[in-house]
Amino acid sequence: MSARLSLWLLMLPVLLWLGLLIILPHIDMFFVSLRTRVGVGEYEYGLANYAAFFTEPLYLRTFARTAIMSVLATALTLVIAFPVAYFIAKVARGRWQGVLFLFCLVPFWVSELVRTFGWMILLRETGVFSSVLQWAGLADGPVEMLYNDAAMMVGLVYTSMLFMVVPLVTTLQSLDDSLVEAGYDLGGNGFTVFREIILPHAVPGIVSGSIVVFMLSLGNYLTPTMLGGKDSLWFTEMIYSQFIVRFNWELGAAFGFLLLALSSFIVWAALKLSGQTLEKTLG
Amino acid sequence: MLTNGTILRGTVATLLGLGALSTSASAETLRLLTWGGYAPEEVIEMFTEETGIEVEVTKSNNEEMIAKLRATGGGGFDLAQPSQDRIAGPQAEFDIYKPIDLSKIETGLFIESMLEATKANTTVDGEVYGVPHVWGTSGLVVNTAEAGSVADYTDLCNEEFAGKVSYRLKRPTLIGFAYAMGLDPFAAYGDEAAYSDIVAQVEEKLIECKANVKAYWDGGDQLMGLLRSGEVVASMAWDTGGWKLNAENPDITFVAPASGALGWIDTFALPKKTKAEDAAYKWINFVMKPEIAAMITASAGNFTASNGADEFADDELKARFQASFPQEAIDNIKWYPTVPAGLEAIEGAALDRVKAAN
Amino acid sequence: MTESPVTPPDLECRDIVRDFGDTRAVDHVSFDVPPGSFFSILGPSGCGKTTLMRMIAGFQPPSAGDILIKGRSVLDVPPNRRPVNMVFQHLALFPMMSVAENIGYGLRRQGLGRSERDEKITAVLDRIGLPGTGDRRIDQLSGGQKQRIAIARCMVMEPDVLLLDEPLGALDLKLREHMKVELKALQAAFDTTFVYITHDQGEALVMSDRIAVMNAGRFEQIGTGPELYHAPATGFVAGFVGDSNRWTATVETRAGDGGTIRTAEGLTCSVASLPDAPGGQVTAFLRPESISLGDTGASGDGRNRFDATVDTVYFNGANSHLRLTVDGTAAQLDAALPQTGAFQSVRAGDRIAVSWGADKLVCFPDAGN
Repeated sequence: MSARLSLWLLMLPVLLWLGLLIILPHIDMFFVSLRTRVGVGEYEYGLANYAAFFTEPLYLRTFARTAIMSVLATALTLVIAFPVAYFIAKVARGRWQGVLFLFCLVPFWVSELVRTFGWMILLRETGVFSSVLQWAGLADGPVEMLYNDAAMMVGLVYTSMLFMVVPLVTTLQSLDDSLVEAGYDLGGNGFTVFREIILPHAVPGIVSGSIVVFMLSLGNYLTPTMLGGKDSLWFTEMIYSQFIVRFNWELGAAFGFLLLALSSFIVWAALKLSGQTLEKTLG
Repeated sequence: MLTNGTILRGTVATLLGLGALSTSASAETLRLLTWGGYAPEEVIEMFTEETGIEVEVTKSNNEEMIAKLRATGGGGFDLAQPSQDRIAGPQAEFDIYKPIDLSKIETGLFIESMLEATKANTTVDGEVYGVPHVWGTSGLVVNTAEAGSVADYTDLCNEEFAGKVSYRLKRPTLIGFAYAMGLDPFAAYGDEAAYSDIVAQVEEKLIECKANVKAYWDGGDQLMGLLRSGEVVASMAWDTGGWKLNAENPDITFVAPASGALGWIDTFALPKKTKAEDAAYKWINFVMKPEIAAMITASAGNFTASNGADEFADDELKARFQASFPQEAIDNIKWYPTVPAGLEAIEGAALDRVKAAN
Repeated sequence: MTESPVTPPDLECRDIVRDFGDTRAVDHVSFDVPPGSFFSILGPSGCGKTTLMRMIAGFQPPSAGDILIKGRSVLDVPPNRRPVNMVFQHLALFPMMSVAENIGYGLRRQGLGRSERDEKITAVLDRIGLPGTGDRRIDQLSGGQKQRIAIARCMVMEPDVLLLDEPLGALDLKLREHMKVELKALQAAFDTTFVYITHDQGEALVMSDRIAVMNAGRFEQIGTGPELYHAPATGFVAGFVGDSNRWTATVETRAGDGGTIRTAEGLTCSVASLPDAPGGQVTAFLRPESISLGDTGASGDGRNRFDATVDTVYFNGANSHLRLTVDGTAAQLDAALPQTGAFQSVRAGDRIAVSWGADKLVCFPDAGN
């Protein structure tokens, strides 16, 4: 009896947290998403907001673009983070390991806003890169590198790096060096050892890192709006503008739920494709 | 048993004590939801010295103010400063404000015409919801050395400035372009079909013009940076931004567009759940004193509705104002009428399509 | 005159040196291993044996010296091309692959086709006595099975030399005893040269044709098991290989090769052979089974005879022994207790006569340790 009571008491904070901060607001949001404004202070219940999403090509396009760009950003982050993580986990020794890890962490000491501004200073027409290129004689006039999809990608990858490096370092550290040596000893070269031994071992880290990075990119607001420029369509931006600029909470809430559905679907599909389960990845 | 009871009673007492403390603290605090520059530090210090009331400032903009007050049903702040055209619509829709008790306001401090206009624009069901504070215009900020020929919004679309102009993707841009295209959007406010037609024409123009735009600016600092560095030579912007840059670089200045600058008035409005109503009235009456209003003008860059504050205003600022606004330009200012509920949805959809266009 | 062609040794190391910064891990080591033999390198942890093995496998280059396999230097051959394979300490079976995939990994690297691979995998699984296990996952195997798969994975590559890095270390005692025998049998069946490193003298003695005892980067002695056991070349070998009673002693008298010594505990014994010992300090070793218990005939044959008191009886089947204190001294010694019946009634506190031949006491100049 008292054991059960203490169990409940132990779980209380978690349950409260889940209930009050996650489940309750979502239920409320869901009801809001089912409402449609028909006049001043008058609302009607129905699926009109969801219908609006599926009939407006702009919303669908933004939705698809956000998903594809996020997947791309995740893939790029993985490609860049893997060698970094491998170096930290397997090549660097002792104090170096810590120092390198710290380097990955440093950008996170400042806020995302400042980090994004940093990139703007580097990439803008009168910015550092442009000036260096002109000084080196590689460019005749100022080069604009800001306000395009590439700049946005750079920002997304930069913001996500750490969240890919950490799980990768953890899984790669658990890879026994002798497995790699055995791979070579039995006739493998660098490529085959990577493909057949290192990569399969790192799959749980890759999957969990990718899930986090994908979610972060999908839900990112600052980076796409600030670095992306006039053509940067990002779904979170659309949700923000529905809520704040258009006062259309109803459509914004519906968008929010669609984004939730999208991210859940893509994560589920990625887990299925890689043959992983959520428990395995998180455990 | 005894100890338990003691502990319990102690806890309750402590909680009550804390509660009392926090209420007594908040009674002497004015939570102000306003724009950057409208509540300078020195003014707050003087106010606190005179009344003993602390002021907590949250900087925001029209859309966020409405969204914040809507989320709490008009709570969380004691005094807000939305623009006069954005009060009646949201009030009718979301019921987030409290009527102003004009008897508690020293109306003699206000420029009468401005007070009357604001009262008329913010009246819902016979109650007044706003009194004027700071006013200004939006128009064009132009680097005259590089883009001297820019005289109206539509000039931003001229080929010669390709990649060197900027504007916001917000409703003032739609309105400004509409006037520059010879349309009259304010006259169409009451007629949704006519207004949709105007917005559709502007949308087409903006899509056509998109290639010319370097970036849609979002915040004042971002725009200032773009103009300062020369990456942008002409932009739609507020008058104060232009004057501020003029002080640094005489080539850059604010230009009232040929079709007329757009005039706005930011107000004082009481959130529905204000907890410090008296403090709010005290603040209004305090900052409208001519010498205080002049300090706010110096900080925000814009003039106020305070009667006689001009005397105290900075001469340089006055000179800049006169350079940008000859008498006919002042007469040509298009003051925003109250936005009827529902127009934002039409504008929003158009702006989304502009953003998505290639 | 023609020289008859001599088969070169499968593995030959010439004067190998390996330095890590200021530390010399391997210090001028030379040896060769004839084809088809089982060669062990025995030494305590940190003696440099793993470094030596990694140099043979190709994971580290030697600082000086040469490594030859079948008479050809392999210094410039990377590990994935060397005709050497290694069984790792923790076996290093690939956990994400099945048994067959593990064995097939190296064959695929050789570019063998699927049918050929399957044939070889089936053959080697039969040979190690685990037919039909190809589809199992690694974590479904027992410790001994893993061991055999790890060897099969290397043997299927038909290496000239198989290196084994303490592969039995992780097994429990019973299985280890069993695997010793099995490993020796496998080596005979595959007829391949095994180089085995271990810190366990029991493993080395049971399996090896020849053993090198390594200490502090150097080879102290190379020889067969019995040679090392009965004729240790150094104090280290005497102490490391097999159990011994060990005393520090001073030379009292010299007569011919031999003489008498007196241990620090006060025991005076005659010794058949005494080394040159500067300062007269020696370390003396005496095997427990060299001590005879009970009355063993008359004096005068040069045997050392003492009366002793039994402190403790350690019963351990065939390995039972006694802990004794020699009367009138502080000298303690361990003596084997034969389970032949004669001494079954020995109890702690009993008085017993002990003796050993002067030739059984082996002395080395005091090496400090």
